Amino acid sequence: MSIQSQFYQQTRVPSTLARWWRHYKRNPLALIALFVLIVIALIAILADLLAPFDPARQFTDSIHIPPSWFDEGTTTHLFGTDYIGRDLFSRLVHGARLSLSLASAVVVLSAISGIFLGVLASFSNYWINSLIMRVMDFILAIPSLILAVVIVAIIGPGLPNAIYAVAFVLIPHFVLITRSAIVQETSKDYVTAMILDGASKSRLFLQSILPNILPPIVVQLTLAFSIAILEISTLGFLGLGAQAPHPEWGTILSESHHNIMFAPWTVAIPGLAILFTLLSINLVGDGLKDAMEPRQK
Amino acid sequence: MLTNISRLLINVFSSFFVLTLFTFGLTHFFPDGSSFIYDPSLSTSLFPDVSLTMHQQELGLLEAYINYVTHILSGNFGFSSVRGTPIMDDFVIYFPATIELAAAALLIALVVGLPLGIYAAQHKDKWQDKLIMSGSLIGYSMPIFWWAMLLVLFFSIILGITPVASRIGFEFDIEPITGFMLLDTLLSEKHYALDAFKSALHHLILPAFVLGTVPLAVIARSTRSTMTDVLNADYIRSAKSRGISASKILWKYALRNASIPLLTAMGLQISILLTGSLITETIFSWPGIGKWLLEAVYRRDFAVIHGGILAIASFIIIIHLVLDIFRSFVDPKLRRKQ
Amino acid sequence: MNLLHIENLSIDLKTHSGPLSIIDRLSLRMSDNEILGIVGESGSGKSMLAMAIMGLLSSKMEMKADYFSLDGQDLMKMVPADRQAYISSKASIIFQDPKSSLNPCFTIATQLNETLSAHGLHARSARKQRSMELLDAVGINQTKKVLNLYPHQLSGGMNQRVAIAIALACKPRLLIADEPTTSLDVTIQAQILDLIVNLNKTENVGVVLITHDFALLSENTDKIGVFYSGHMMEHAATKNILTNPLHPYTRSLLNSVPQLGKRHTRGSRLFALKGQIPTIDKPPVGCRLGPRCPSAEKQCVKPPRLISIPNHGKVRCHFAKQENERKETESNVETRSTRKQTILGADS
Repeated sequence: MSIQSQFYQQTRVPSTLARWWRHYKRNPLALIALFVLIVIALIAILADLLAPFDPARQFTDSIHIPPSWFDEGTTTHLFGTDYIGRDLFSRLVHGARLSLSLASAVVVLSAISGIFLGVLASFSNYWINSLIMRVMDFILAIPSLILAVVIVAIIGPGLPNAIYAVAFVLIPHFVLITRSAIVQETSKDYVTAMILDGASKSRLFLQSILPNILPPIVVQLTLAFSIAILEISTLGFLGLGAQAPHPEWGTILSESHHNIMFAPWTVAIPGLAILFTLLSINLVGDGLKDAMEPRQK
Repeated sequence: MLTNISRLLINVFSSFFVLTLFTFGLTHFFPDGSSFIYDPSLSTSLFPDVSLTMHQQELGLLEAYINYVTHILSGNFGFSSVRGTPIMDDFVIYFPATIELAAAALLIALVVGLPLGIYAAQHKDKWQDKLIMSGSLIGYSMPIFWWAMLLVLFFSIILGITPVASRIGFEFDIEPITGFMLLDTLLSEKHYALDAFKSALHHLILPAFVLGTVPLAVIARSTRSTMTDVLNADYIRSAKSRGISASKILWKYALRNASIPLLTAMGLQISILLTGSLITETIFSWPGIGKWLLEAVYRRDFAVIHGGILAIASFIIIIHLVLDIFRSFVDPKLRRKQ
Repeated sequence: MNLLHIENLSIDLKTHSGPLSIIDRLSLRMSDNEILGIVGESGSGKSMLAMAIMGLLSSKMEMKADYFSLDGQDLMKMVPADRQAYISSKASIIFQDPKSSLNPCFTIATQLNETLSAHGLHARSARKQRSMELLDAVGINQTKKVLNLYPHQLSGGMNQRVAIAIALACKPRLLIADEPTTSLDVTIQAQILDLIVNLNKTENVGVVLITHDFALLSENTDKIGVFYSGHMMEHAATKNILTNPLHPYTRSLLNSVPQLGKRHTRGSRLFALKGQIPTIDKPPVGCRLGPRCPSAEKQCVKPPRLISIPNHGKVRCHFAKQENERKETESNVETRSTRKQTILGADS
């Protein structure tokens, strides 16, 4: 043996996950955003414990009380109350639960169907493939919110229908991403080598293609999550999603919209909640994208 | 060039085919959509032209579809099931308002977003870049219905410097000529034409800014990323090494090269703008397509919904066609000589 | 006079966790009209040297040098704007991929014109005349036709010729060719290389030829510099390097070149160094080659200096003198294959 093994240390090759995390950690904004997102998720999960009041309970003697940091505010109602005396903080906390769980449902629905269609398109013959892709192109051509509004109009307003509509308009993104990732991956030589070795289609997909197309799909998941939150709250604001007593963020805003002059906090605070959530999801998404597909020069 | 045009035309026709199939399917098969088809006993006296949709029930599927497409191609998009007026008439009234708003928004987004993106690319990874990128990420994450309310609260209610709603002050009476308020006020022969123009501009500025916020952020971000790619390209480095001035490299070389991916990104803006117009028009009572469509949804006026979505999608197809043609002039690789 | 004279050039990459050394105290002299070959693995810093000479380092890089003269003027003493103008009048660079070094949006004529007018040729007819001359000089036949074409309408070899023509438009004293033939077909490679070597004679221009292909350098260069991990390992006349390589890294590079005409016996292998080139964030202690060197000893944990060997050149190795003396005592007719055995013997 030569001398080098005695005083030169070996380099350790980290696992893929560890490498992603190491890249991700370098981005301080993304780290903060991840922390914020975890806190929001915890708030959503622990809504029952955190919220001091029932979100629907009306304090008829304390209507339009400003947040606690104003002179007229009280500590009982941290973020104040709305036009029929409901505690804004409790409504927001329960709204977080509602918004996050609705958005998760949307993302799961559209990701499963989108990835399935994408895989189907890339492994089937020319006609099925072009049929799927044409239809997806068409859905993409219509602005997503307008399409969601139209779908809700046809199947009727309300929460479950809003979820279906938003999930439907998000499907094409997953189909396109999945298919282009698969097409890109299957043109690589190692896949050809596996085909030559006689690997079956399912084995080929599960063992070699799936792990490699994961990064773009994960990034798309975060993107879809933020779009879902935005569109559900927009539908709620337009009165087509969650209906009035529900403490959904968009619905809260649409209720307080008319009282903006007397109680600006009932507009400002729920909007900030949406903005912060979207911002942290988008930051996490950006961070993930940089970590998983580092473009080094 | 010829093959290029025919390729574009095939694309447009196939998109239009899928689109009409979709809206035809909506009108024909959805039980609720059948409210598009009138009860003849009610409608004949009131709305004589409604017979178009009535007949469809008696026709075969293929014939009905052909019938449908012929009517659409001749500009007949059906009739409002609530008011009985032709949808095309409404569209002609509301569409220019949306275009005016969207164009103003796009102008704001381009005038602010492009320079910001270029500036960020030039100062990549320095604090200027980080500031611009954080700002644009906030803009990109902005729920615009909330943003609109905040701006109304601040500029209209607290400062009182911008109007809250509609396209022009109520004291002005402007004949619609083109449908674009800014143009109509200038074309008007009334003595207060100039004041009316100012009023129209005054009414336009806040909604245009609201609608332009997300496109501005997207344009700044995509300009920055394409400009960084281009500025790092070998041809820019070699141009630099050959002593060509920095301003010429930026404005002639880099911007020209970046314009190709930017044009593609511009196509996406149309979608964002139309989505945003739905919300902006509702909040600012702007009489455009978005508000019209949303009101139709509230009234469950399915004829208008179907016609509206058909018109919007056709508009998008046309915009993409124009962008494609434009791109083939900018990108020499798409241009075919001989 | 020296066309290029660099003393102690260091290039650092600025990062959050402090600077990382990309090129470490490099010194180099190159005389007028010389063809200098620079060889090294990718990541060894050889392209960074080209960028430093051309003043094209990105703002993330920090450059320091005691003396950095190009054609008699010290670049380090100039203000940035003057420096860029001066460099552009003295030196030109051609890149590896001709497809990406020409702007896809403009015709060949436009790109030549830009450069010509940046260097004082403003009359339209004079520029056209000069453009045709330049294209002619790089061996393009239908000059009129080519002028009106876009880069994507030409082949890779033609594009590289055009890139060379544009580089010559500045009338440079120094032409840097950064892997000029790597992305081209083998037959075209030879043509382009011949063109560059010919231009060295006809246009009286010094050439820095950067490559990872040792075979390419052996026939065309006057001197060779061997780069490894940001250090100049050996710098000597081509003849000396080929017949008497004193640095273990140079030897291993030479031994890893397949020899045409010599049939290798079945099962025998070309020589290859163990391990990988060190990353810039974790350079090894002492000699940069240490962990991979087949003849490393304990003293290699101390960094070796670049020492002059009489009648040879400069070598960065503790055992260079020793090796040189041993070589001299041995017969001069020693062939390369036996030398290979001594290296392999030292390894086992």
